[in-house]
Amino acid sequence: MDSMISVIRPDGTADPEQDPGLPEEDLLLLYRKMALLRAFDEKAIALQRAGRIGFFVPSAGQEACSVGAGHALRDGDWIFPSYRDHGMALMRGCPLETLLGQIYGNAADPTRGRQMPSHWCDRSIRLVSVSSPVATQLPQAVGAAYAAKLRGEKVASIASFGDGGTSTGEFHAAMNFAGVFETPTVFFCENNQYAISVPVSRQTAASSLAVKAQAYGFRGIRVDGNDVLAVRKVVGDALARARDGKGPTLIEALTYRIGPHSTSDDPTIYRSAEEVAAWREKDPIRRFAAFLSGRGLMDDASIDAAAAEAKEAVRKAVEVVEAAPPVPFESLFEDVYAELPWHLAEARDALLAGKE
Amino acid sequence: MPQATLLQAIHDALLEGMARDPRVILLGEDVGREGGVFRMTQGLMRRFGQERVIDTPLNEGGIIGMAIGMALNGMRPVVEIEFADFIYPAFDQIVSELAKMRYRSAGQFTAPVVVRTPSGGGIKGGHYHSQSPEAYFVHTSGLTVVMPSTPADAKGLLASAMGGEDPVIFLEPKALYRTVRGEVPEGEHRVPIGEARIARSGDDLTLVAWGAMAPVAEKAAGLAAAEGVSVEVIDPRTLWPLDIGTIVGSVNRTGRAVILHEAPRSCGFGAEVAALIQERCFLHLKAPVYRVAGFDTPFPYALEKSYLPDPRRVLAAVRAAMAF
Repeated sequence: MDSMISVIRPDGTADPEQDPGLPEEDLLLLYRKMALLRAFDEKAIALQRAGRIGFFVPSAGQEACSVGAGHALRDGDWIFPSYRDHGMALMRGCPLETLLGQIYGNAADPTRGRQMPSHWCDRSIRLVSVSSPVATQLPQAVGAAYAAKLRGEKVASIASFGDGGTSTGEFHAAMNFAGVFETPTVFFCENNQYAISVPVSRQTAASSLAVKAQAYGFRGIRVDGNDVLAVRKVVGDALARARDGKGPTLIEALTYRIGPHSTSDDPTIYRSAEEVAAWREKDPIRRFAAFLSGRGLMDDASIDAAAAEAKEAVRKAVEVVEAAPPVPFESLFEDVYAELPWHLAEARDALLAGKE
Repeated sequence: MPQATLLQAIHDALLEGMARDPRVILLGEDVGREGGVFRMTQGLMRRFGQERVIDTPLNEGGIIGMAIGMALNGMRPVVEIEFADFIYPAFDQIVSELAKMRYRSAGQFTAPVVVRTPSGGGIKGGHYHSQSPEAYFVHTSGLTVVMPSTPADAKGLLASAMGGEDPVIFLEPKALYRTVRGEVPEGEHRVPIGEARIARSGDDLTLVAWGAMAPVAEKAAGLAAAEGVSVEVIDPRTLWPLDIGTIVGSVNRTGRAVILHEAPRSCGFGAEVAALIQERCFLHLKAPVYRVAGFDTPFPYALEKSYLPDPRRVLAAVRAAMAF
């Protein structure tokens, strides 16, 4: 369980043993979504630095993980993501405006500004509202999968989380429940080497994170998390097994967060420039571009065009979202319960009276 | 109408709820083969199968988390946490996940989970089998908190909780499981969430008490009556959202209020009830609003009887209010 599955070899060609054999339009779609995700992150950081949004959690360096996993999902599957998985949302068809609206927390946000930025939620793709405490979504993913299995539906759930998440009680609970009940759940751990500042060596003394699956009675697999085809292949296989009633899988995707944990973090405190530079060499987007060029599907001009197109799509979406009005303040009291109880009606009326 | 214990009434509500709605699913520790440590779910696994009556691994956070996921995906999970004292490992899942799912998703996702748990003292269970944690959950926006004290209310409120759209913390006064009997309607019986029960009518003082303290309040009211004091006893049944209208109507008439609970006094739910009464009934009050409660100590084993409020302690507060 400590060996790692890769598809794209150092020379840019695909390992025929592992190649998921995606059609050309899917390969290009994966590339476009990764480029879009990178452009989205760069813009969001710029917006935060300019004071137009308060906070952001970038995923640069990990695009192959969320986009590759997102591509393996099907309609009906449930997504229990972490805050760094907006790539999954993009891949599943969540509009840029929904994600940006969430960051702005204005009327363009379908979740009405209820959470700080990067706490995604989109019912239409069964992407469940993100929590800040890590791994709380894991047992929930097991429950959603249990319900699907009980009704005989051929769907799976995926729960994604970081290396830090594997230290939580919730990780243990969820893995154990999934093993006992053989739920169609894929545990997708994006091991980006750090939980904010703490390295993975301080999260576990185990030889890998994937090996932990063994203690719960199911498969653990390690995959190259900077290789979008490998991620697509491994997650796709695990989801297919889950839907076929073959139980859960733990996937450890080895990757690296190129940027800070969040816009509030300074990663130079805890890691060296050399280390970051070494991982920049393994950039998942450049690596996939090299593969696509080798296959004759892209060239320098189309790579540049894809980046420009992504940038322009983000720019347009920002324009739309920035024009939206603030969230109406009465909404403060809504959605606490199905119906507004008396004490919240009183509080709302007092607030309204104070504003008159 | 047939007589039943509180335990039988809750069992019947679960059985009928499961028979009526295939989305209802029970999960918890020992709820299946054993039928629960109090035998609340006895026979349900045999009847509905182990996929709907689930013996879970021993992890409360996992149980609540799993129930949330089931509810997101269309089920109606009813969780049993073996003792309310064991609910704290699931506190994050309850407070930040279950209670907030509707709000943080702006209604895109909801988690109508019922969390049943035996609460309160009176069984010589010491610190780990006797606590009354209702204040934590009343303090948590998004939760409905229910605590019945009669068999009919237990059946009717549990049926309402299972059929509702919001998560409910359903606290069961375990001291009353087998010690109270009462008439319970057969078949589907619902008591609306958010409506108090006037357990005894009176004119001189309003005594608010819930769970296992409701019968203590009635006994105290009997003692007061012997002294010529007419006490009205109100059992809120739903702690939150509280039926404040019934309480205010009563206190405005009697002019005196005593609140009784077995949870520790400071920041107990009684403090909130007292604050609401003084905000709304100030000019009708003839005496301070008094509280009779458990002490601000851990729940003791050997001295349980000294810890728990009894009718004499309640009567002392009633006398103080009358003499003020």
